[in-house]
Amino acid sequence: MSLSKKTVSELSGLYQKNECTQKDVLAALSEAVKTKDADARKIHAYLNPASITPRHRKADQKSPLWGVPIAVKDNICVENEEITCASKILKGFISPYNATVVEKLLNAGAVIYGRTNMDEFAFGSSCETSCYGPTRNPRDPERVPGGSSGGSAASVADHTAIAALGSDTGGSIRQPAAFCGVVGIKPTYGRVSRYGLIAFASSLDQIGPITKDVRDSALMLSVIAGYDPKDSTCANVPAPDYTKVLGQSIKGMKIGIPKEYVETLENQDLREQIIDGAKKALERLGATVDIVSLPHTKYAANVYYIVAPSEASSNLARFDGVRFGFREKTSQSLLDMYERSRGEGFGAEAKRRIILGTYSLSSGYYDAYYLKAMKVRTKIKNDFDEAFKKFDVLMTPTAPSTAFKLGEKTTNPLEMYLSDIYTISANLAGVPAISIPGGISKKDGLPMGLQFLGKPFDEETLYKVSYAFEQATDFHKKLGNVK
Amino acid sequence: MSYLVTIGLETHVQLKSKTKIFCGCAVEFGNSPNTNVCPVCLGLPGALPVLNRQVFLLGLRAALALNGTPSQRIKFDRKNYFYPDLPKGYQISQYDCPLGQGGFLEVEVEGKVKKVRLNRAHLEEDAGKLIHDQFPDSSLVDLNRAGTPLLEIVTEPDLETPEEAYAYLNHLKSILKSISVSDCDMEKGHLRCDANVSVRKNAADPLGKKVEIKNLNSFKAVKAAITYEIKRQTEALERAEKIVQETRLWDDAREKTFSMRSKEEAHDYRYFPEPDLVPFSVTTEEIERERKSLPELPKQKKERLILQYGLSNYDAELLTSDRKTADFYEDSVKLAGSANAKSIANWVTGSVFAYLGEHSKTLEETKITPQLLADLFNLVQNSEVSLQAAKEKIFPELIEKGAAPRKILEEKGLKQVSDDSALLGWISEAIQGNAKVVEDFKSGKESAAMFLVGQVMKKSQGKANPAKVRELVIKTLKNV
Amino acid sequence: MSSIDLKHIAHLARLRFKEEELKVFESQVSNILSFVDQLKEVNVDGIEPTSHPLSLANVFREDSIQPSLNIDEFLKAAPKARGRFFEVPKIIEDKS
Repeated sequence: MSLSKKTVSELSGLYQKNECTQKDVLAALSEAVKTKDADARKIHAYLNPASITPRHRKADQKSPLWGVPIAVKDNICVENEEITCASKILKGFISPYNATVVEKLLNAGAVIYGRTNMDEFAFGSSCETSCYGPTRNPRDPERVPGGSSGGSAASVADHTAIAALGSDTGGSIRQPAAFCGVVGIKPTYGRVSRYGLIAFASSLDQIGPITKDVRDSALMLSVIAGYDPKDSTCANVPAPDYTKVLGQSIKGMKIGIPKEYVETLENQDLREQIIDGAKKALERLGATVDIVSLPHTKYAANVYYIVAPSEASSNLARFDGVRFGFREKTSQSLLDMYERSRGEGFGAEAKRRIILGTYSLSSGYYDAYYLKAMKVRTKIKNDFDEAFKKFDVLMTPTAPSTAFKLGEKTTNPLEMYLSDIYTISANLAGVPAISIPGGISKKDGLPMGLQFLGKPFDEETLYKVSYAFEQATDFHKKLGNVK
Repeated sequence: MSYLVTIGLETHVQLKSKTKIFCGCAVEFGNSPNTNVCPVCLGLPGALPVLNRQVFLLGLRAALALNGTPSQRIKFDRKNYFYPDLPKGYQISQYDCPLGQGGFLEVEVEGKVKKVRLNRAHLEEDAGKLIHDQFPDSSLVDLNRAGTPLLEIVTEPDLETPEEAYAYLNHLKSILKSISVSDCDMEKGHLRCDANVSVRKNAADPLGKKVEIKNLNSFKAVKAAITYEIKRQTEALERAEKIVQETRLWDDAREKTFSMRSKEEAHDYRYFPEPDLVPFSVTTEEIERERKSLPELPKQKKERLILQYGLSNYDAELLTSDRKTADFYEDSVKLAGSANAKSIANWVTGSVFAYLGEHSKTLEETKITPQLLADLFNLVQNSEVSLQAAKEKIFPELIEKGAAPRKILEEKGLKQVSDDSALLGWISEAIQGNAKVVEDFKSGKESAAMFLVGQVMKKSQGKANPAKVRELVIKTLKNV
Repeated sequence: MSSIDLKHIAHLARLRFKEEELKVFESQVSNILSFVDQLKEVNVDGIEPTSHPLSLANVFREDSIQPSLNIDEFLKAAPKARGRFFEVPKIIEDKS
């Protein structure tokens, strides 16, 4: 089996036993990327796959990530790399610094290997708004890989990456993980440093790993989590070794299914496998599964589509053509320069969100929109606090459907927004959430994602239950062979 | 026709920390462009702000010294607008939960004391600098200054005359300097001031349209600009013209305000809470601790000096306008004895200030110390040297070179002669050569004695103790 | 949202739209706004707004100088630079 098909922990094991060298691994991966990323299927998970510069630093060879290549989403800063957030407006921006998570990975001996495609500025759930063109789902290239971390999820599923970093603001790690049949976790807000993550919505964003299995996810989170003095919103809570809980029994674990999520689920396949099937599997493992209510769920999308674009509209103001990135060169006046650079540099979805956000914050509308949304957000957070008094984790489908077809939702932005309904609440409440393969669609063989949500800073419980479910059902292995 | 004037002042004070408000770049003056920069103050994608603890403390001290109250929950907000000196496209400032709320300070103009209320004191980051006059087709951006910590202090519209505004700024400066929060040197850009001016005919009328004046580069400019603006608005109203609510710039060279050419658009700053910063709070204990640790403020010091040393209001004002001067004065008095406080005051406000003014120096830039001044004072007090000789011959070397007064006295042979026999010797010489003067004195011309005193001073090369000489001359003349 | 509003918002955001884009956006954004308007139903009396999901407070850094960034390379990649300055079209008026 090619080294590119290994998991992080498998590679790490080979290194420890001296059964492979870094050169071997990079050669195998390079081969995989070159032959598969741009083949007839046009997966295009990577940006510039032909010219990837591996970045590596001297580190303790005993580290579990030593020599492991990790692909990085195009919105996480890597020193001396062109970082564009898949947007024309950032073309030519060479980052002069590393994001903290990148520093942590390098210090742990990992190899930063390649940049993955994404929705422009992370605005999207399908990876179709990238200025480089879409990434396709390796499970079915006519379909989207999900977004916005579509490239990261696709590369891991396609074995053109051992593991990858993504970012999640409203589901951008979890939903593509679900669509591509891999594991993706959005850590608790403040668990992982955001320094060096090009901000979409500052109070919602988190970086997280996208991996082939739960163990790899735990391995990676253990390295990238932790306090960063450069990020005021990063909690000073020590990061444990998350792999220690893997294999622990989940007997007695109380799992809640939010009824509001189930009520709106139209897809029968998902209902049968993700709700009913998963419930049975978890009960067999000794957990108890019950219904719980998160009464303000139906307002989550309303809140999200005010808060996120508002913060984004402000975060994107720095893309003005003055110091870096794209500047429209024929402009004669400052106003021209701003309006044309931003008008031409941003794609349609980016402009839409900026307009939405600017409007929500503008004079006369702030109270009715932004302030109101922030208050309803409190209610949503309170729902979770209440639920976690009685339950250890919550369980839901990751998305209301399996991967949809390219172009299917691009004409109606609102429809695209509503495909996020199961993931956005976790960002609003700041709680951690993980998506793992939970089933395989009977209709089209596509992966279906199962999501667990946990208490703040309790990723350990998420890993415990995910690992137990994964090992009992083996979906990750069943899905392993991508056509 | 005297109109009622309403003035409000907005002052931006640069806080005296080593590094910028949200990053570790040094706050330095005059470096090569774009050198004290980092991803945070450059506004690079992915960079995040972290609040400088020292900046917070300095701002808190200032708010307390200005009698303000810290907000229960202090937070930062984004003020969104586009300009090339604002790298993020928003300024991190404070909107509704500022560091300090309310407060006041007193201004004294021609003996009258007036309380000027403050609206707030809040923290914010400074923008970079733009240079417009180097090239015809472009403007240049230097972000060294971006991220410099500022405290914005806003008054209520309580000021009513340009003199009050001038006094306010001076008092504000002396307070902030005394608590080491800022050097407030307008020339170095430590302090910037905008003024809001409106006029109305009668107290019963609503407030007039407010005009904002910018580009004020000195306290004098503030006074002059407000004076000009009051006149301009008053004359306009007299002509039944309407005042336009606008921003005007002060032209120091032409001594007038003028309207900005561009159409003024109302700014929608779309303030919202800064999500990259967490809220801050100070406990009541911390507030009390900071308040107690504040040094004596200029006004308190002034009042104490008047009480303690019997100084005039004028002298006390001069001596306490600057903390270093006040400390120097008090240390000198401690050494010379508090009975001599007034004399020491005269030395400081006289010879010392004259020297500083002439040489454009600050006290710290000279070599004078309280001990040296006290020593010199004692020489005069003990009649070892005349006051005149002390001022003219010893003081300059003392302040210039830090030389000990006694040493200079001996080197220059300035020791005053007070010994009776020596003096009488010179007096009899003078009398011998001036018989007519003696006759004049005897016939009632008292001023004749002064002529003889002058003669003795000449003979002694200024060393004779003039008071003693006068006493002995008169005594001798009476007995001749 | 009327046509005038969208133009005003676009100006606040310094975005230039083509006429065709404007029309499409108008209807899309109106749609979305009607959707989020549903928040009107929610009673939020006595509820504090959440700007941070974490209840962190008083996070500071110490006042010690950190090395600055050498931006020589960065300036070379800038859209327009003159010596060590970033260069923009001439600004005639001072900002208010």
